[in-house]
Amino acid sequence: MPVLQCVSSRMPSARLEKVNIMSSPAEELLARFLIGGVIVSIFSVIAEILRPKSFAGLLGAAPSIALATLGITIARHGAIYAAAETRSMVFGAAAFFCYAAAASWMLVRYKTQVLATAVGLMPVWLAASLALWFFTSR
Amino acid sequence: MIVQAKLGAVKGIALHEWLLRFVFGGIVCVLAGLISQRFGPGIGGLFLAFPAIFPASASLVEAHEKKHKARAGIDGTNRARTVAGIDAAGTAMGCIGLAGFALTCWICLPRLAPAAVFSIAGLVWLILSVAFWLLRKSRVFRNMRAGKVRLHAFRSW
Repeated sequence: MPVLQCVSSRMPSARLEKVNIMSSPAEELLARFLIGGVIVSIFSVIAEILRPKSFAGLLGAAPSIALATLGITIARHGAIYAAAETRSMVFGAAAFFCYAAAASWMLVRYKTQVLATAVGLMPVWLAASLALWFFTSR
Repeated sequence: MIVQAKLGAVKGIALHEWLLRFVFGGIVCVLAGLISQRFGPGIGGLFLAFPAIFPASASLVEAHEKKHKARAGIDGTNRARTVAGIDAAGTAMGCIGLAGFALTCWICLPRLAPAAVFSIAGLVWLILSVAFWLLRKSRVFRNMRAGKVRLHAFRSW
């Protein structure tokens, strides 16, 4: 049974409490879809209204997926499991840096089509993140 | 350069653009969860830093810039792609903040309450991203660009 363990010392009872949430995997997937969609939309709208564009671009690397899914992961698997995920996330972020720098270079230098560049460079992100994870996990 | 918020830009976002972002964000979150279940937290964690916002936002930046130039009777294709490239350079700076967010969560999650960890990590992301953006805008890097050193990826910044 999935449970959420609240161990905050500031809670009145100051003891472990178990809260039943999301009883089925389908509910979890639905929650992930809705929360992920809302958080990604919010960050991209903030990016849309900010100027200059180089500053708005910062929001392109906002921790939207992490914020959307870590809470659910903690609820189902606990904080230690989520912490293990965030360790790998560091490598994912480093790979994202390579991906974004490559995309910027191609768009500015060669004026390539934007969506094709963004999607076409996804293997760069995947390869870099898997390589970093593999070499640090050996 | 002063950072500005143009709230009117929200009106320019069409319904299908809202839906595209919502569905793409939702699908990536579901995939991240499924990959984590199938391959464990090591591989699954990589997808917490998946470029979910960037492809949608960069292509919309291109579309809006093109539309803006077309109103003035100019073919803004090249201009739009350069603007998207500048947006991508900003995203690269944001990745440093994203790594800071992940490191903070990794260190603090086993020790503190999740809400406190997310607040601290969010602040770390914001401070690092803005600090690196300001550093990139600073005189040091401007002199590098004006001088002999050329960084092609961020040349037009």
